[in-house]
Amino acid sequence: MSRVVMVTGVSRYLGGRFTQLLQADPDVSRVIGVDVVPPKQDLGDAEFVRADIRNPIIGKVIARAEVDTVVHMAVIATPLGAGGRAMMKEINVIGTMQLLAACQKAPSVRKLVVKSSTAVYGSSPRDPAMFTEELEPEGLARSGYAKDSVEVEGYVRGFARRRPDVTVSTLRFANFVGPTVRTALTSYFSLPVVPTVLGFDPRLQFVHERDGLEALWRSTLGDHPGTFNVAGDGVLTLSQAIRRTGHPSVPLPQPAAPWVGQVLRRVGLADFTAEQIRFLTYGRVVDTARMKDVLGLVPRYTTAEAFDDFVQGQGLRGPLSRDNVTAVEERLVHAVTGRGDAHG
Amino acid sequence: MADARVIPIGDGDRPRRTPPTSSTSTSTSAANAVAAGANRASGERSRRRTASPLLPETAGEAPSPDTSQRPAGADWESKVAGALAFVRRRITGEAEVDEFGFDPELTDSVLMAMMRPLYDHYFRVEVRGLENVPSEGGALVVANHSGTIPLDSVMTQIALREHHPARRHLRMLGADLVFQTPFLGELARKTGTTLACNADAERLLGKGELVGVWPEGFKGIGKPFSERYKLQRFGRGGFVSAALRSQVPIVPCSIVGAEEIYPILGNMKTLARLLGLPYVPITPTFPWLGPLGAIPLPSKWIIEFGDPISTLQHGSAAADDPMLVFNLTDQVRETIQHTLYRLLMARRSVFF
Repeated sequence: MSRVVMVTGVSRYLGGRFTQLLQADPDVSRVIGVDVVPPKQDLGDAEFVRADIRNPIIGKVIARAEVDTVVHMAVIATPLGAGGRAMMKEINVIGTMQLLAACQKAPSVRKLVVKSSTAVYGSSPRDPAMFTEELEPEGLARSGYAKDSVEVEGYVRGFARRRPDVTVSTLRFANFVGPTVRTALTSYFSLPVVPTVLGFDPRLQFVHERDGLEALWRSTLGDHPGTFNVAGDGVLTLSQAIRRTGHPSVPLPQPAAPWVGQVLRRVGLADFTAEQIRFLTYGRVVDTARMKDVLGLVPRYTTAEAFDDFVQGQGLRGPLSRDNVTAVEERLVHAVTGRGDAHG
Repeated sequence: MADARVIPIGDGDRPRRTPPTSSTSTSTSAANAVAAGANRASGERSRRRTASPLLPETAGEAPSPDTSQRPAGADWESKVAGALAFVRRRITGEAEVDEFGFDPELTDSVLMAMMRPLYDHYFRVEVRGLENVPSEGGALVVANHSGTIPLDSVMTQIALREHHPARRHLRMLGADLVFQTPFLGELARKTGTTLACNADAERLLGKGELVGVWPEGFKGIGKPFSERYKLQRFGRGGFVSAALRSQVPIVPCSIVGAEEIYPILGNMKTLARLLGLPYVPITPTFPWLGPLGAIPLPSKWIIEFGDPISTLQHGSAAADDPMLVFNLTDQVRETIQHTLYRLLMARRSVFF
């Protein structure tokens, strides 16, 4: 069986990488990438269609190429890249609506894979320690990426009802980290001095870009209907993560955090939305049992390993890096014991 | 970096702290020590007493004191190295934290170490019925709540960690207010508390953890002194349905003494509403003495674990039977209330 796969949002890093991955698969005969801007990466033999998914031309592309699998990765997380919050919402929500409308009209479509986010669960002090896929968030998301993701998932559920013959997989990814991926959170951890919220040390969870791509690949080529949390095993607290980068942190009192966030945003150093600040205050952890049991994905990187790979890959070595601290420790042990190399 | 200040020396075996200090004093003045000889009464010296007749002859020579002090010195050095390794793990973020945010290393070596003197010498906690707490597998410890500040949960945690033969960690369930309060929420998570909701309780019990719950919540801990040892409503019985669904025993736990540490005479309701707190207490010392009002009264504590109540005979489906849940909740509450009365009758005084 040869498959025709359409990927939206190919011009961004993960979309591009995923397109490359698909071409290497013998089952896939054609890959069509769609985005509004030309791709920066080499897409190989994939066909690139420069189009807005909000444009009816998408319907024609699907019909003419007889696309059977649509991978929707064009939900963007930060207003900085999109040119403002209004535009971001337009692309995310209206774009998804238009794309799903086109898919509904296309009888060739058999499978839909949607890249969503664990942001749909929100962050609050009333959260359970771990979210399973069935748990509803505490209070609906009021703004930003979380709200967009919730709405996108709502439209996807509507589509699944109207086209029961289509296999729909929704993947809720934890925050991506890795040697190459760049997100609002990776630029936050790359700040020379990392601001945190005073008196809070949230639990965070990361997924390595490799594992994330494998989750997409498995749900595109296999048959796994449903919603899946995708994240690495284990958790890191924010303080641990920052200490692993070796950068110093500066705790800010809770009321000052949004203000500092706005300044950082204005300067363009990091994208600190109110939602991001809530995440960095209360954190979020998801249960990944279904990902392992049903999707069959055992992540190669734990949360901590994924983060370490990010720290190494992006060359973050602050003054408090592990090598420096270990060296100081050794020197102190030498000084205290006064025995040169006698200590164990 | 506050969590890196108190440093565990060695394995935290308290009695072992004396030998190193005495041995270092002998090493700095080895010759004097030999001359003074018998004046020393430390355990280290009494062990070496058999060798002392030989010492006067070899006093001027180096090898003899060196060989006798080598093991003690190495011990001391390994402790320093251990402490430095602990600080390094803290600074580089390598310590292990489970998915609930529980940090066993920090709990054992910093927080427990800080609260232990309070447990041993201030409240002189007496623990009874530890054999009723299973050594392995999930169980739900249900206790009465009192004392304005939840020191009773800390003391119960120490009792089970330090005095139970299986040295069990108590994983506690806390109100959402705890997790929205700066510092308190962070501290609570790191010491093994998670949100009091069925999802978390069942997840912990399913992992075979020992879970502690104080179902009276703020109604219990912030009640006026005149209502001491009168149990409040036991929540909505959520803890019973969690135990039923996980098929683990419920261990009733009665705590005597915590009611008297900060007797609440009044409540500044307006201030509490302004600060978003459930209550702001007026005690005999607070707010009159300012920060001194934060010193608890040195009451004598008794923590008694009662006979476990099995949930096996009901089956896990019984969690959805509200009548059974109510009845079991009442049974647990009555058990604790009667134990409290019995313990109070037998108590000689509040402070002894």
